[in-house]
Parts: sequence; structure tokens; C-alpha cells
Amino acid sequence: MNPYAVKLAMRHLLSHPGQTALLMAGVALGVSVFIFMSALIGGLATLLTLRTVGSIPHVVLEMPDRDPATLYKGQGAQVVLQKDLSRRGQITIWQPMIPIIEQSSGVIAVSPQIRGSAFVERGQAVSPVGIIGTMPGKLSVIADIGGAIVDGSSNLPADGIVIGSVLARDLGLRVGQVVQLTSDRGRSRSFRIGGIFTLGIASADRQSIYMNFATARALFDLPTGISRIEIKVQPATDAAGIAARLRRSTGLKATAWTEDNQQLFEGLDAQARTGTIIKAFSLVTIIVGIASAMLLSIVRRQAEIGIMRAMGASRSLVISIYVLEGTLIGVVGAITGALAAWLDLLPLPPVSAVTRGDLPIDRQQGDFLLAIALTTLAAMLASILPARRAARIDPVEAIGA
Amino acid sequence: MTKEQILSVTGLIKDFGEGETQTHVLKDINLAMAAGEMAALLGPSGSGKSTLLTILGTLMRATGGTHEMLGVDLMRASEAKRTEFRSKNLGFVFQFHHLLPDLSALENVMMPAACAAGRETAAMRARASELLDAVGLSDRRDFRPAAMSGGQRQRVAVARALINNPVLVLADEPTGNLDRESAGHVMDLIRTINQSMGSSFLISTHDEHIAGRCQRRIELLDGRIVRS
Repeated sequence: MNPYAVKLAMRHLLSHPGQTALLMAGVALGVSVFIFMSALIGGLATLLTLRTVGSIPHVVLEMPDRDPATLYKGQGAQVVLQKDLSRRGQITIWQPMIPIIEQSSGVIAVSPQIRGSAFVERGQAVSPVGIIGTMPGKLSVIADIGGAIVDGSSNLPADGIVIGSVLARDLGLRVGQVVQLTSDRGRSRSFRIGGIFTLGIASADRQSIYMNFATARALFDLPTGISRIEIKVQPATDAAGIAARLRRSTGLKATAWTEDNQQLFEGLDAQARTGTIIKAFSLVTIIVGIASAMLLSIVRRQAEIGIMRAMGASRSLVISIYVLEGTLIGVVGAITGALAAWLDLLPLPPVSAVTRGDLPIDRQQGDFLLAIALTTLAAMLASILPARRAARIDPVEAIGA
Repeated sequence: MTKEQILSVTGLIKDFGEGETQTHVLKDINLAMAAGEMAALLGPSGSGKSTLLTILGTLMRATGGTHEMLGVDLMRASEAKRTEFRSKNLGFVFQFHHLLPDLSALENVMMPAACAAGRETAAMRARASELLDAVGLSDRRDFRPAAMSGGQRQRVAVARALINNPVLVLADEPTGNLDRESAGHVMDLIRTINQSMGSSFLISTHDEHIAGRCQRRIELLDGRIVRS
């Protein structure tokens, strides 16, 4: 880099502090918008993902569907073995699989469950519910039931259940009351309500009842097997890959949460594209701002450029001076904007702690370094055209010789 | 003893425009200058003085003829070669000082040398200081042009023209914007430098008083040299 070009560029910027500060402030504003949008779009995606996947299993392992098998296929006739509807889909040999699943990379929690449909009765009121029987200590590993308890406790003794708050409200149930549950296997039993939870998911709060694993086994007449294995993974976005791996290693049907939430992904994708467009516009604004300011500066400094060219300054020296000026404005403006954005975003709570009405801004996803790098590059590119124009100035015309 | 010839121009012409709008600004110019010579270029406005200086300063190419200086054919030289030649061998003083407003007097004087070298050096700084001493502005070395008078700025411009020890200094109405007293100081200065440093000067003027202080008169009328 030509040291004299650096000196002249620096000197010009420092000699006009007001104009330089204004240009840098414009760049800083653009960078702040860029970072704010990155942090907001990223935070929004994180929040939606957290809200969506926070209380659901990321991967569910079940017995594969027993599809009809073709026994004979001849001319005009086909013999198939019908799906056996008399047997429930249960994982009979599941205990050896648990350690294998737990040790798989990305897996952070595993919950073998017994699930089934039932009716809850209280007086004349009857409501269909979904029963989830969880092993001791596994109640809150998939959905944080323990943390969502609004009344009572999350303990699950043999005769205790934890129910959703909407169900409790609809049936007028309170902690300590006894209700009758009748499973789809025709077995009935009375249970005492030990706790009421609010997950914020309508279906769970209205229809879910959690109970002891052993009690559920008896209620649904499953002496050895289990209904499904629910798994949480980290990060949740890797669920599809982990599900594929578990499918191969266990031979079970593995369903990732992403398969059932395509609309969410489409929404997040559209949101990310919108953010990219806004960020691109902020970069274009920076380019246009710097380029127009440089062009104006060049018009004003025509005589200076002309005299330098007359005194032997090469075209490349003139180009270097202007590209350096633009780049310096970009670098300093970008760093200032990034710093200001970082300080502005500092007091905001993390996305996981966002409450209603707060903007879900994730500072970690602010793309600070990318914003600085892209802005510097944009500023440099923006100054090339004006710089080339400056280098083409005819000294004779410029100085009126 | 015959002085060494530094500049030779023969049959030089310069036309502007084409077809019916074509103007013949310089017509068959023949001119030679020797080392250390101080010549006045006289002529009324529009006679072609500035155009001739611009061509001799390699800031513009002639339409035809020959233009040689120090044995270099400047008519055929590339633009880069002409720029290099200009920075090493020619100095300019214009009617308006054209100092860079962001640089001090010392930095302005160094500018042509720094442009050529790509950096400012201690030797350049020392030489610029000497030149500012010579033009009587050693106490203004750190002043920016805005803080100096018109005469002082023009003296800085003269010092700037000499930083590369040019063989020839082309001065286009160097005192045109100055009052009589300041003009006298600048001409004294040019005369002193011409004698002490040996640089040749070609000074465009229509002021007989200025021309009278030069060794030689070159008169231009309607694009032709009528007296040399």
C-alpha cells in the first residue's frame, strides 16, 4: 500500500471532521440495521423453534407399521397378508436399546413411555384424554411438566396423576380430588389428582394426563412392552439426521419433529429470506451513500486532483487515495455501528427468557463480524467507481491551465 | 560557451475541434530553450500562450510537429512515460496557486516529490525546508494555505515547482493574481532561483514589467511566434 496515499486519505478525512463523521454515522446506522435484523430474525427463529420443540419430543421411536405383505401375485389374482389389527404396536424388547440410544451423539434425554387413550369421568362429565406413563425421574425430560406445575406437585405415586389445566378447568377438577379413568383396553381405576400443569400448548393442557409407568402398564394391559421411546436431541435442528441414525441402529420407526412441522420450516425460511433482503438493502444504502458522497467530494476537489496529476501523481495513486478514503469510512463506520449495536442489544434478555411483548433478539446471531466485513467490502467497492473517475480527470481542465 | 539546449519544438501545431468548428490554436511553432534560460512568453489573450505552456508541460499533446526535451521524444512517449518525465524534469507555477488545502506549506512543497516516490522522506523534508527558506517562508512551514496571504501562497507554489530540481519551470501568469508589490517579490524570487539553481523558466505574461525582467522575449500572436 502506497504510504503517501494513506497519508493523503487520512489527512483529508481528518481535515473535514464533520463530513467524515456524518458519512461514518450513515455507515454505522446501516451496520446497526444489519446487525439488528440478523439478531431479530435469528432470535425469532430461535424463539419459534424453542416454543415449538421445547415441549415436544425431537425424535419418536415406535414399532414399524405392519404393512400388508404380498404372498402371491399371479395372473388375475393376488394374495396378501392383511395387517394384523388385533395386536397393538408395542416395542417388546426395549430395555437393551435404551443405553444404545442414550449414548448416541446428539441425544440428551430418552423417555420410554406407555401411551394410550382413555376417558376421564367426574360425575356425569366424561372427557377423552391421552395417558402418558413415564418412568421415575423421566416426567420432565421431554416436556418440562415439573416446571409447568401451577398447582400441587409433579410427584407420581401409583395412584396419582398430573393433569392439564384446561382439562381441570373444563371438568372443574382440583388437586386432591379423585377421578375415574377408563382405558381403551376397558380397564378402570380411580386416581387422585396430584398436580395441575400449564404448558401453554392447547392440546397438552386440554387432553394430557401423566401417570406412573407401572400404573400405566396395568391400565393399558401391557405387561412387558412399551408404546414408544421419546428422545430429545441437541441441537434440535439435527433431529432428522439423528432419527435416520437411530432408525438404522434400532430397526424401529424413527420420526423427527421436523417431519411433522414443515410449515414452521417454511415460515422460518420465508422469514430468513425477508431478513436477507432487508440486510441487502442496508448494504446497498451504504454503497449508494458512500459512492454519492465520494462523487460529490471528487467534484469539489477536481482542482486538487488536477494539480496532483499535473505534478506527476499517477492515476493509480489517485485511485488509491479515494479507495482508501472509502474503505476507511467503511471500516470505522462499521466498527462503530457494530459496537453501538452490541451495546444497544446488551441489556436485552436472552431469547429463552423473553416474555410476552418483548422482541426476541438473539445477540449471538447478530452477525457482527460478517456485518463489519461486508460493510468494509461494500465501502471499498463503492469507492472504486468514483476513484476511477477521479483518476480520469484531465489536469488541464481541472486547473484551468 | 554555448549553453546546453534542453528543449526543442519544431513545426508544432495544435488544433481543437473538427470540421467546420476546428480551431487552429498553435501554428508552426519553432522554439528552443537552453539550460538556465529565463524567457518571457508574451501575447494578448487568446494568442495561445497557455496552450503552448500546457503542451510543453506534457499536460496536453500537440496535433503535429516535434516536441523533444532532454533528448526524449515527448510526442511519441506513452502517457505513463510523459507523467514520469513531468514529475522528474518539469515544474509548474500557475496563476492560481492550487495548493492542497489539507496540507501544510512544507507538505505542499514536498507533494510532487512524494507523489513520485510514494512516500515522504527526510531528504524531501530537508529540501522543502531549504526551498521555503529560499522563498522567505521558513516561519510559515506548518501553516495551511488558508492561513497565508495570496503572495505567500504563490511563493509556496514557486517552492513546490522547484522540489524536484526541474530542468524547466513553466509559469503561467504567476503574478496575475497578485498586487504589484507581491508580484515584484515573486519575480525577484524567480530571478534569484534561476540564477542560483540554474533552472530554466518560461513565464507566460502580458505584463511588460514582468517581461522586462527576463533575458528573452518570445512573442506569440494568433498562434504563431512572431518574435523569439
